[in-house]
Amino acid sequence: MTAPADAGTPLQPGDHPHRPEAGAGGAGKPTPGGRGGRQDDRRLLRRERRARWDVKIAPYLFVSPFFVVFAVVGMFPLAYTGYLSLYEWDRTQYARGGFAGLDNFRWVLEDPVFVKSVVNTLSIFVMSSIPQVIIAVTVAALLDQQLRGSTFWRISVLLPFVVAPTAAVLIFGSLFADRSGVINEVLGNLGLEPIRWHVERWWSHVAISGMVNWRWTGYNALIFLAAMQAVPRDVYESAALDGAGRVRQLFAITLPMIRPTVIFVIVTTTIGGLQIFTEPRLFDDTAQREGGADHQYMTMTLYVYVKGIEDQFYGRASAAAWLLFMFIIAIVLVNYLVTRWLTRRRAL
Amino acid sequence: MTIKTSRGVSRPGLGVCATLLLGLTLAACGGGGGDPAESAEQDTLEPGETLTITTFGEFGYDALIADWNKANPGIQVEQTKVSLWDDWKNELNTNLQANAGLPDVVAIEGDFMPALVAAPDRWVDLSDKDVEGRWLDFKEKAATTSDGQLLGYPTDAGPEAFCYRADLFEEAGLPSDRAEVAKLMTTWDDYYALGEKFTAKSDAAWYDSSGTIAQAMLNQVPNPFEESDGTVNVENDGLKAVWNTVTGNAETLSTRNKLWNDDWSASFKKDGFATIPCPGWMRSNIKDNQGKLKDGVVWDVVDVFPGGGGNWGGSFLAVPKTSTHQTEAQKFLEWMTAPEQQLRVFADLGNFPSQVKAIDSPDLLSATDEYFNNAPVGEIYSNRAAAIDVQPFQGPLYSDILGKFQLAIDRVDEGSASPDKSWKTFLSDVASLQ
Repeated sequence: MTAPADAGTPLQPGDHPHRPEAGAGGAGKPTPGGRGGRQDDRRLLRRERRARWDVKIAPYLFVSPFFVVFAVVGMFPLAYTGYLSLYEWDRTQYARGGFAGLDNFRWVLEDPVFVKSVVNTLSIFVMSSIPQVIIAVTVAALLDQQLRGSTFWRISVLLPFVVAPTAAVLIFGSLFADRSGVINEVLGNLGLEPIRWHVERWWSHVAISGMVNWRWTGYNALIFLAAMQAVPRDVYESAALDGAGRVRQLFAITLPMIRPTVIFVIVTTTIGGLQIFTEPRLFDDTAQREGGADHQYMTMTLYVYVKGIEDQFYGRASAAAWLLFMFIIAIVLVNYLVTRWLTRRRAL
Repeated sequence: MTIKTSRGVSRPGLGVCATLLLGLTLAACGGGGGDPAESAEQDTLEPGETLTITTFGEFGYDALIADWNKANPGIQVEQTKVSLWDDWKNELNTNLQANAGLPDVVAIEGDFMPALVAAPDRWVDLSDKDVEGRWLDFKEKAATTSDGQLLGYPTDAGPEAFCYRADLFEEAGLPSDRAEVAKLMTTWDDYYALGEKFTAKSDAAWYDSSGTIAQAMLNQVPNPFEESDGTVNVENDGLKAVWNTVTGNAETLSTRNKLWNDDWSASFKKDGFATIPCPGWMRSNIKDNQGKLKDGVVWDVVDVFPGGGGNWGGSFLAVPKTSTHQTEAQKFLEWMTAPEQQLRVFADLGNFPSQVKAIDSPDLLSATDEYFNNAPVGEIYSNRAAAIDVQPFQGPLYSDILGKFQLAIDRVDEGSASPDKSWKTFLSDVASLQ
């Protein structure tokens, strides 16, 4: 947003641009044969004050819907969760217990299951986010070329995202079942050992990351593509004249040019990747769904869910939720800095 | 057109935001809406409004509710089905915590009933002269508080027999006739010994999952998880014995599938195992997973349960105080749990009645099941109900601890932990529930 070009000096609060005589329209002159001047003055004052308030407050009213909604659905739950994390919970009577101070945080940090869930979250996050962004950039770069039927390709990239995650997970569930799964059937026919998807920690992470990647890669590719379309073509032409190949162009021109988009995608992917919940919960083959019988693939969000909804210790769950919140902020910061460094402009 | 002020941010704006936030947070600290122990304002059912009920698994109520709706245009009932009890339990608990969002009638798994009795002021007292003495004593007792409130109507009982694959028995050289098999399974020792014999001659496992067998054995332990005064004590001989037996035999006798998962369902069709503990309601699970009987596949029911008798499951229907149609709900429940309806469900699905009158009914006693080699299921399950002499004590934490116990068994089954390590994890899981 910029000020109009003719506004040489910043306007003072209450000033109307294009209306140097401040005040409501045409109220400057006393009306002929009108009432006494003092009354006029008072009305003038009131009008002027109203006009000034109008100018002061109106912009805030215009932007307020977002802030009000954010306060209700974003800020308030955050604050309330913080408040709950300081209290005990009486699970049998479904009621808040006494003040506990930081006990819940201590309890969660000392819980080996929580530590396990942090490791799982990081592992699944790394396995899903890094390949996802790399593949998405590659796919976008390919779609950025002059292709025949480009619309068709672009739509097909987005298809996995349209399928409801629950349906997708059910399909994956029958692929990844330990004994009766399609993948293990195929492996068995090839004479290979079946993979115990729900038992081996590492393989369960691979399966879950696969589901996450399948869903989000195309979506991110389209965001990258939109940014790439805005890069002027003549830059590429001159680079090609200088003898830069496709790969060199990608690293030397495209990535630095779409840097803000890369940062945006990395930040949103990080937030999403650290909050993975649906996939492990529905991938689970135990009735209790706590992220595997031995918590092999319990993520932090799932930990919050299990402590709160299943075991009904809302204080502990809230403490874990706050820890997750801080954890995400830390990782996002790290990613932001790394991305800035990676996409810095290199000398051609 | 933009307006720039010399100050970047105006204070009133910030103030408004801050006030809003503070107000919201303070409002939240004041707690939810009203006293949870208060009944909701009662309301009549308008045309277009329905009485809502949520069930889990398969209660077999579809046809019954359709009949009720035909006969009672003023009280139209709408059923929501959740597939797994564990999922419904989470939703139920969440709604109880929020004191909102519950349907007019909820289905409760028997193991969870003690938790209701421990927090009785959230539920409507359904005691009524018309229903006194209707049910089996132990069922009614499970839903009654110390001051005589009846918080739920029992839907069915779960006397256990064993279902077995007669054809696999024959292939392994074991007797396959009902009466013969019954003689071979009177104690758990005999049962496991027979399993050793069977697996030596067959590729199939002896039972469907360690979780099922553990559940069956647990139902004969007087105090599996809690002392009779409600204090948690999982390190007792009864539970230890079950644990050692089940984990000791997992390697050789179990399919090592987890109860209710995809592999478990698939193992029926694949001739994965020969026997399964079989409360009445399990028969519909077998039919669903096995599908149409292929040539040569013979399912049968044997009138015996190792160690005497046992009850697994059987549910209740309860009305939360948040319901705005409590009288209508009670009327509907009275009809739903009446003998005629329970007998229909028994005929359709095999869920065994919890009603004294229904159990004595000649229709029930003469019932046979074509799918199970024409077994006289009415007679068998009546005998099994009569054989129940021990009911495990269930305190308010029973259902939660049972979940953790099943996970512990699963760990050993899948091989992600040794029995000792898994038991230690179980102990810490139980500790973290208190």
